[in-house]
Amino acid sequence: MLEIKNLYASVEEKEILKGIDLKVNAGEVHAIMGPNGSGKSTLANVLAGRPEYHVISGEAIYEGKDLLAMSPEVRAREGVFLAFQYPVELPGVNNTTFLRAALNEARKYRGQPEIGAGQFLSMLKKKMQSVEMSDALLSRSVNEGFSGGEKKRNEILQMAVLEPKLAILDETDSGLDIDALRIVANGVNKLRSKDNAIILVTHYQRLLNYIIPDFVHVLYNGKIVKSGGKDLALELEDKGYDWVKPENESVAAK
Amino acid sequence: MADTSQIKNWYLSLFKDFENYLNGEKSLPFHKLRREAIEKFAELDFPNMHQEDWRFTDISPILKHTFAYANRRSTELPSKGEVSRFLFDGMKSHVIMFVNGFYSPELSTLLPLPGGVTIGSLAAAMKISDDGITAHISKYTGSDKDIFTALNTAFALDGAYINIPDGIAIEEPVHIIFISHGGEKTISQPRNLFIAGKNSQAKIIQHFVGTSNGVYFTNSVTEVYAGEGSNIDVTKIQEESLNAFHVATTEVSLDPNSNYESHALSFGANIYRHNLNVTLKGEGGNAILEGLYLLSGDQLSDTHSLIDHASPHCTSRERYKGILDDRSHGVFNGRIMVRKDAQQTNSFQENRNIILSNEAKVDTKPQLEIFADDVKCSHGATVGQLNKESIFYLRSRGIGENQARLILIYAFANDILKGIKIDEIRNKLEGVLGERLLKN
Repeated sequence: MLEIKNLYASVEEKEILKGIDLKVNAGEVHAIMGPNGSGKSTLANVLAGRPEYHVISGEAIYEGKDLLAMSPEVRAREGVFLAFQYPVELPGVNNTTFLRAALNEARKYRGQPEIGAGQFLSMLKKKMQSVEMSDALLSRSVNEGFSGGEKKRNEILQMAVLEPKLAILDETDSGLDIDALRIVANGVNKLRSKDNAIILVTHYQRLLNYIIPDFVHVLYNGKIVKSGGKDLALELEDKGYDWVKPENESVAAK
Repeated sequence: MADTSQIKNWYLSLFKDFENYLNGEKSLPFHKLRREAIEKFAELDFPNMHQEDWRFTDISPILKHTFAYANRRSTELPSKGEVSRFLFDGMKSHVIMFVNGFYSPELSTLLPLPGGVTIGSLAAAMKISDDGITAHISKYTGSDKDIFTALNTAFALDGAYINIPDGIAIEEPVHIIFISHGGEKTISQPRNLFIAGKNSQAKIIQHFVGTSNGVYFTNSVTEVYAGEGSNIDVTKIQEESLNAFHVATTEVSLDPNSNYESHALSFGANIYRHNLNVTLKGEGGNAILEGLYLLSGDQLSDTHSLIDHASPHCTSRERYKGILDDRSHGVFNGRIMVRKDAQQTNSFQENRNIILSNEAKVDTKPQLEIFADDVKCSHGATVGQLNKESIFYLRSRGIGENQARLILIYAFANDILKGIKIDEIRNKLEGVLGERLLKN
């Protein structure tokens, strides 16, 4: 589904990603872990096409297409979804209208008919139950005045509505209490299927108790320094990120 | 400093023609006010940018033209079909139309009205020496300080006159349409007077339009007297020709416990200046002033408001928003005066602007003068671009960049539009907003 090859990227002239290689197949869940500043969020944002992030070299092939050449909106319509670490408040933009507009953009792109307001609303209400969101949030402005947990749940709701092929969750677990974490994880697990792939960017192992990854990668200083199965996360939790550092540095010294 | 004596002489000579044109109107008591006003006009100078109140607004383009006075006889009426586009779809309302400042009974349609209510022409009411006019006209304006008001008073002959007796509520809105029509380079000077008796209620729409995209000048003065406990809602929609000039003064006087709402939407005119002065004369008065200006090309929109808290226990809330593209220029000056005895005043003011181009600019200035000690006053102003983070958020959900910008601009503007209580107007304005934004 996604193949990243030797990807270098910078933010504000500072090189953050220094040669990322990653292959994600349909049906897989990949967790990307690493200490602060290792480039986890940069990777997520580069894949979503955030304009402030510049690709220096390398490529990302998504479903056989050059992902990095697409505008952010085309990536979304092609089925890539980024759950934001800090979801943006949009005062005056109605949550329901916004979601329906987003879904219809994707449907138009795929040559499907637009979905009407009534049909959309009944579908939306079902999806809202799955993330335990109150109907009251439907008539509110996007994320405006939402609590931290509500914002994250709203991200998962958007994901549930848009049904992406590739979902990238950027520290969706940060700042969540245990109940919210469970709700978010349930939402993600519902999306899991043999046709979809998920990339979980996270600092902590905690989320991986609820969403069991197929692969865990450790990012350090802009590179993936270690990859393994779900046990790698537990090992990391046990030994801390310092554990990957010397190994990396000693590798580099050779 | 440019010499404005020539253009003043032009208007003074116009006044002579105007006096000759007047018949019986000259013998009415109001003519004395006209004469005083033209004398004031002769004494005063047109403002320039060295004066504090006109620091950001260059009106010299208005003074380059010798606008002709369109009198009732020289004015040809537009057809009903031609003006129907100025009506709001589906809105049941009293419609009164003025062509170049003169009431047109042919184009006006009133619904049945409660007894004692007058909605119509100021000229007609003057002719029968209506008590309301004698009691209120020119009582609230500062003709002695403002040259445009003096000019309007000197030429005041017609305009909208609304008089609502005590305790009467007018259910349907009153839609007043001021149409500039016909040959280019005319000046219209409607003089409007709205009198709301005790505990009366009305919604009034002042709607300024042109049938051509020509150069013309509207110099309008409106006086509003809100009696004790009355509820008056005035929506001003300025969608003049993009080559026109529009100068307007609105003077509002609020008696105790009255509520006044002003919604000012400005889309048209090359140069627009609105002086909006509200005096809270009695205890418990409440004023809400909201406005939206949507500018492009080299349009200039200037709102100078003054809220005078002259009594205790009054509240005022003022919110103006601007969306500026190209080389347009927005000016907002919000003066709030809290007099010594106006304790327990609660006043809030906000001016927010979004700039869509590199060349558009905004001058915004709050001006708080507080002489009472037990008051709550706050104000804020912002000028900025669309939030990049918000645009990316929308795009990341599949919404195209232009659409994302539209959604954000629309949300910004809608915050003001939603304050308008008449659905049909709000729908129409949302349409205007969409059209203007999609044009780019």
